[in-house]
Amino acid sequence: MLELIVISTLNGVLFGMLLFLLSSGLTVIFSMMGVLNFAHASFYMLGAFFGFQLTKWIGFWPALVLAPLLVGAIGMVVERYGLRNTHKHGHVAELLLTFGLAFAIEEIVSMIWGKSPLDYRVPALLDFPAFTIFSTNYPAYKIFMLAVSVVIFVALLIVLKRTRVGLIVQAALTHPHMVGHLGHNVGRVFMVVFGVGSALAGLAGVIAGPALVTQSDMAAALGPILFVVIVFGGLGSLPGAFIASLVIGLVQTFAVALNGSLASAFGPLDPSAGPSVLTDIWNVTIAQVAPIVPYLLLVIILIVRPMGLMGTRES
Amino acid sequence: MTTAATSTSKMAAEPAGGSLRFYGVWLLGIVILIVLPMIFSSGGSLTSFSLIGIAIVFALSYNILLGQTGLLSFGHAVHYGLGGFAACHMMNAVVSHGWPIPLPFIPLFGGIGGLAFAMIIGWVMTKRAGTVFAMISLGIGELVASSSLILRSVFGGESGITTDRTALPKLLGWSFGPQLQVYYLIAFWLVLSAVAMYALTRTPLGRICNAVRDNPERVQFIGYDPHVVRYFAFCFAGFFAGIAGGLAAINFEIANSAYLGAIQSGLVLFSTFIGGTAFFFGPILGAILVTYLQLGLTNLTTAWQLYFGIIFIGIVMYSPGGIAGLLMMHRPLIRAGTLWTVIPSYFVAVVPTVALACGVILTIETVARFSGGDPINMFGIAFRATSPVTWLTAAILVVGGFFVARLTWRRIAEAWDRAATVARDRGYLA
Repeated sequence: MLELIVISTLNGVLFGMLLFLLSSGLTVIFSMMGVLNFAHASFYMLGAFFGFQLTKWIGFWPALVLAPLLVGAIGMVVERYGLRNTHKHGHVAELLLTFGLAFAIEEIVSMIWGKSPLDYRVPALLDFPAFTIFSTNYPAYKIFMLAVSVVIFVALLIVLKRTRVGLIVQAALTHPHMVGHLGHNVGRVFMVVFGVGSALAGLAGVIAGPALVTQSDMAAALGPILFVVIVFGGLGSLPGAFIASLVIGLVQTFAVALNGSLASAFGPLDPSAGPSVLTDIWNVTIAQVAPIVPYLLLVIILIVRPMGLMGTRES
Repeated sequence: MTTAATSTSKMAAEPAGGSLRFYGVWLLGIVILIVLPMIFSSGGSLTSFSLIGIAIVFALSYNILLGQTGLLSFGHAVHYGLGGFAACHMMNAVVSHGWPIPLPFIPLFGGIGGLAFAMIIGWVMTKRAGTVFAMISLGIGELVASSSLILRSVFGGESGITTDRTALPKLLGWSFGPQLQVYYLIAFWLVLSAVAMYALTRTPLGRICNAVRDNPERVQFIGYDPHVVRYFAFCFAGFFAGIAGGLAAINFEIANSAYLGAIQSGLVLFSTFIGGTAFFFGPILGAILVTYLQLGLTNLTTAWQLYFGIIFIGIVMYSPGGIAGLLMMHRPLIRAGTLWTVIPSYFVAVVPTVALACGVILTIETVARFSGGDPINMFGIAFRATSPVTWLTAAILVVGGFFVARLTWRRIAEAWDRAATVARDRGYLA
């Protein structure tokens, strides 16, 4: 039991930090531009596929740098030539543009790399068990993922809180017009922020690709959870996104690891009653429920606190 | 959004001889629905018409949310799917209990299924509008789609629930075995739902929905609660989506978890938006086009979803009013009699634009079939995906087509400006 708790906590924090790599970019983009980037998870997927391809050509370490840069460049192009032109039609049109983009990116990826999972391996340098707890070998690559996420987190914090650029970004979060009046090129700030956000998503993809599955439906699988994270944390709140990422990462990891059901806790139901909704619920294990846990959390938070954990804005 | 025109333009078109024309359009639609299967009587076209009919009801129900109330939902298929399951269970129950309910009433139960879920979940969902609502609808959609795989006794797991539509009591001697009879059943419900949904846009509720979409704050000032209005719109949309789902269940004699999924939700959003949300007939056009493309393209290419994505992105970026919006833009010009000044520039633009489109298609197909090997057949010319000739042709068509087409598009814009100025002078354009 203790083994399960320690390993699941580690995995949960890791998944949470990965989610935060994605949700931080999404949140900053949303608060600045009012655009919820539906294609954010697609940038994550692009990162994984670029990472796979570049690893094949030039090795993992250059890919770790190049793939996010490429994804960031694509993000900037999307902002400059897509979103900026659509801005005049309103936020719904912008959201729909990114929705169409997510759809198109998934199709393009499955067209080029196929629909089956890719053989994206952990680099040989990191392919060893880092330590052994209670007979479980914990892979070094996962520690590396955790380290990268934490480094990015700290770097983001420093840039946002301690530098002039961060000051402008923070100001533009709440008062974009005032920042524009002060003579900053808000359009360029938006483009750079969008690019950096996409690059972070791409980085998450590169490092998550070997550990999770690299497949053309990975964006569609992660996307909804990502949106749950930022609605749960409160739209536009970075601390909220951080807490929500960790909560959802931990909850989902623990749910997957637990095998109990109501039947195992309270004994099986009377079999003469026949199959019904009750028997379905009674016999389902927590691991089977794991995929819907984030959405249940979403419904609960909406009933209890509609603006999210740390949210301040109504919309 | 450009949806403000919905009601005003329709209102203005009404008086005097307008009512004759208004009923004429509806009657014409009904006559077309009756005559269509007599002209195209093959099994394939009957199936297509049935699917298009279902898609129209579904898209119109979606437009109650998107066009009328301004709620962007990514999970509308939930009501469609639950309606389908409700209809399936109802049909099986009718057969096993021997209730005297004939098949044509079944879609109503589908509607009730969709409505019931909308009433339960809607109050929480419609608390917020805009982006938050969109995200919540996405989450709820995923929740229901995943839950449907867990609650096997209700949803039948992966395989779904099957039913037999011919086992129900007959009505007027119709067994609804042949596809033709199912088509007329769908056409009947299509007309009924379309009339009901159009009527809804004319009620005070429909009007206040438009107000909530355009300015929720002012709606509060005049004493309405936008939350309640959104809730009602959500329930109506759920009801009609449920009817569409019920029709689908009758048509396919099965309901499975794919009915509820994100792909179905995405398709209805595509149909509605491509057709145009600002006009009542927009989603109808969109549903016809998207269903037709879906049926036609799946045989031709593996990348058909990519074409949808590209068409959708193009519409969002360049014509957010959709096809209906594009068509209705011409109305003041026709009235002012200045349309003929624009037409020539359209003809000039056709060639390079078609060349550009061909280039894009050739590029996509080249990438899609690069490893496959079967040649691309375009206008009778066979292109091999691996040959540099194909790549060069595609590149020339795309780059050349784009630059020439851009010049001709500018010409259209200039001609359009001139025509619009004249129309404005003559008082036909606000």
